Amino acid sequence: MTEKNVVTAIHDTLHEQMAADERLLVLGEDVGARGGVFRVTQGFLEEFGEQRVIDTPLAEGAIVGLAVGMALHGLLPVAEIEFADFIHPAFDQMVSEVARMRYRTNGDFGLPMVIRAPWGGGVHGALYHSQSIEAFYGHVPGLKVVVPSTPYDAAGMLRSAIADPDPVLFLEHKRTYRLISGEVPDEAFTVPIGPADVKREGSDLTAIAYGLMLHHCLEAAQRLEQEHGVSVEVVDVRTINPLDKETILASVRKTGKAIVVYEDNRTYGAGAEIVATIAEEAMFDLDGPLVRIGGPDVPAMGFASNLEHAFMPDADLVLDRMLELARF
Amino acid sequence: MLPGAMLDSTAEERDVATRVTRRPTHEALGLMADDLLSMYRAMVTARLVDEASFRLNRQGKAAFVVPVSGHEGCQVGTAWALERGRDVWLPYYRDVAVVLVAGMTPYDIFLGLFAKADDPSSGGRQMPSHWGSRRLGIISHSSPIASQMPHASGIAYAAKYRGEDSVVGCWFGEGATSEGIWHEALNFAGIHKVPAIFVCENNHYAISVAQGKQMAVENVADRAPGYGMPGVVVDGNDVLGCYAAMKEAVERARAGEGPTLIEAKTYRFFPHTSDDDDRSYRSREEVEEAKHNDPIHKFEHYLRDAGVMGKGEVEHIAAEIKADVDRQIDEAWNAPDPDPDSLLRHLYAEDETS
Repeated sequence: MTEKNVVTAIHDTLHEQMAADERLLVLGEDVGARGGVFRVTQGFLEEFGEQRVIDTPLAEGAIVGLAVGMALHGLLPVAEIEFADFIHPAFDQMVSEVARMRYRTNGDFGLPMVIRAPWGGGVHGALYHSQSIEAFYGHVPGLKVVVPSTPYDAAGMLRSAIADPDPVLFLEHKRTYRLISGEVPDEAFTVPIGPADVKREGSDLTAIAYGLMLHHCLEAAQRLEQEHGVSVEVVDVRTINPLDKETILASVRKTGKAIVVYEDNRTYGAGAEIVATIAEEAMFDLDGPLVRIGGPDVPAMGFASNLEHAFMPDADLVLDRMLELARF
Repeated sequence: MLPGAMLDSTAEERDVATRVTRRPTHEALGLMADDLLSMYRAMVTARLVDEASFRLNRQGKAAFVVPVSGHEGCQVGTAWALERGRDVWLPYYRDVAVVLVAGMTPYDIFLGLFAKADDPSSGGRQMPSHWGSRRLGIISHSSPIASQMPHASGIAYAAKYRGEDSVVGCWFGEGATSEGIWHEALNFAGIHKVPAIFVCENNHYAISVAQGKQMAVENVADRAPGYGMPGVVVDGNDVLGCYAAMKEAVERARAGEGPTLIEAKTYRFFPHTSDDDDRSYRSREEVEEAKHNDPIHKFEHYLRDAGVMGKGEVEHIAAEIKADVDRQIDEAWNAPDPDPDSLLRHLYAEDETS
C-alpha cells in the first residue's frame, strides 16, 4: 500500500501499463516534453520514446481519430484530451466513429482504446476549463464512460479501461487530482467498469454522486452523523455508462430516500437519468421526495472566485439538503 | 519519376502539384496482358453492378444506390497498386471498384444493397456502399464526410510503429477536402511520414456544389506541399495513368519516404445517389460531354491498340460479366434478412466484457 493522490495514481498506473505492453502508446497535446499539463505523463517521453509518447498537433478531432486508426491496427492507444472542455471538436469522431465501430460492423471491428479527459470545476478554470461533459457521452450507446473519484478507483479502473476490448472515455475530475489522497495497493489490482460502489454505509437516506461531488457528499454525511445523528449511505456512481442501476436501487430501497448530486448543468445531466431510474423502478420504496442538486443552467462557472463558488454545489449545501430530506 | 511519364514543366507557377501528362504504357509499368484484362474486367463489373443497382432501385428492390459510373478508371487504377492481404483500404461510399479490387464480390455488394444478414460490411445495419471487412482489410466507414481520414493516418502510423511494410490507401471526393479533419489527418501524416496514400477522386461536384464553391484553387493536390508531401494530378479517366501515380506513391511509402496526395480528375455519370436529381445543377450537355472521356471506353481503345483485346471481345466480356452479376444478384436477393432480435447485439464485445 502506498498513500498517493489521484493524479499520481493515474500516472503510476499508466506508467506501469506502458512498461508492460509495447502496444500501448499515449497521444495528445503536451503529453511529451511537458509531460502533460497535469503531469500525468511526466517522464514518459524520456523513458518510452517519441514513437510511443506522441505530442500531436493541436487538433482534438485528429487525436481521437488517429487513436481509432491505431486501435484498428493492433495498438492500444491512450489518447489525452488536455481539458474535457476541448473535446468538442472530436464529437463527431466520438459519436460517429468511436462509439459505433463495433455496432455498425455487426461485431467485425472493435476499438480497444481509452480517451482520458480532465473535467470539472473548482480550479478557477472558468467557462472553458471547468466543464462537465459526461452527459454528452453518457447518452451515446457504445461508449463506456467512467468517472473514478478516488486514487484507488482511478488506478483500478484505468487498468480495466486499458484491458477493455471497447472504447472507454476516462474522466478525471481535476479538483480531485491533488485534493484527494488514499491508500493504493502496490500490486496490479483492477476495479471493474460498470459497478457502482457504496463508499459509506448508512440507513436514513442515500446520496448518489461522482467526481468532486462524491467527496462533498462524504464530508456532509460525516458531519450529519456527528452533528445530527443522521446516517447517510453514499453511493459512488463510478461508471456513467453503463449505469449500475442495481446498486443504486438497492441502496434507495434500503434507506427509502435519495439525493442525487452532480456538478453538471442540472437539466438533462447524468443526475436526471439517475433520478428518473429511481422514479421508474423504486417509487413505492420511497419515503420522501427525490432530491436533485445540480449546477445552474448557465454555460459554466465564472472565473471570479465568488462566481465559481456560486455555480458549484458545496458540502454545506449538500448537508442542508440532506438534513431537510432526513427530516421529511 | 513515374515510369513512362514526364512532368509538365510549363505548369503555371501557382500549380505546385506534379502533373502527369504523358500516358504510360503497361509494359513500362510492369503489367502483363492478364493484368490488363483483370483490370478491365473489374471496371466493367463495377459499371454493370451500377446499372443493375439502379434498375433494382427503380424496381423497388433496392432502397438506396450510390453510383460509381465514371470513376471506374481512377478507382481500379489506384487500388490495383495495393496488395490484398498486405495493405489496408479505406474507401468511401462511391468506391465500388476499389472494394472489388480489394476482394469483395458482386454478391457481397448486393448483400449490402439488399441489407441482408450476411452483408460483410455491416450485416444490413448501414446504408449500402458503407464498406467494411476485417478479413479483407477494408476499414469500415460512416456517412459523415472525411471522417475516415484520421483513421488512415492512425493505421499508417501503427503500421510504421509495428515495423510492417504495409501501406494504407485512403479514398475520398474533393468535397471531403473542405472538412477540417481532412486537413488534420494529412497534417499528421506529413509530420510523421506515415505510409499512406491519399486519393482524391475529383468529380467536380460535392452532391450539387461545384468545385469553384468548394475551393479557391484548381487542384486539390496543390495543397500537398502544405503537408510536406508530394501532390500528383492525374487524369482519372486513364486507368494506367492512375496506376502509375499510385504505384510510385506505394513504392515511396514502402520505402519509408512518407505519404502522397494523388488527385484523379474524373466525372460522375449518374446523380450523387438514387435520391438525387442532378438536372438541378448540371446540364445534360455537360454530362454527355463527359461521357466522351468514359474511362472504360478509353481503356478499351488502349487494349485494342496494344493488341491485348480483340474487336469482338468487348461484347463477349460484358455479356459474361453481366450473366455472372445477375446470378449473384439472385443469390443475394434470396439470402436471409437480419434477425430483428439482433438489433441489440454487438454494442460491446461479446464473450469478453469487462
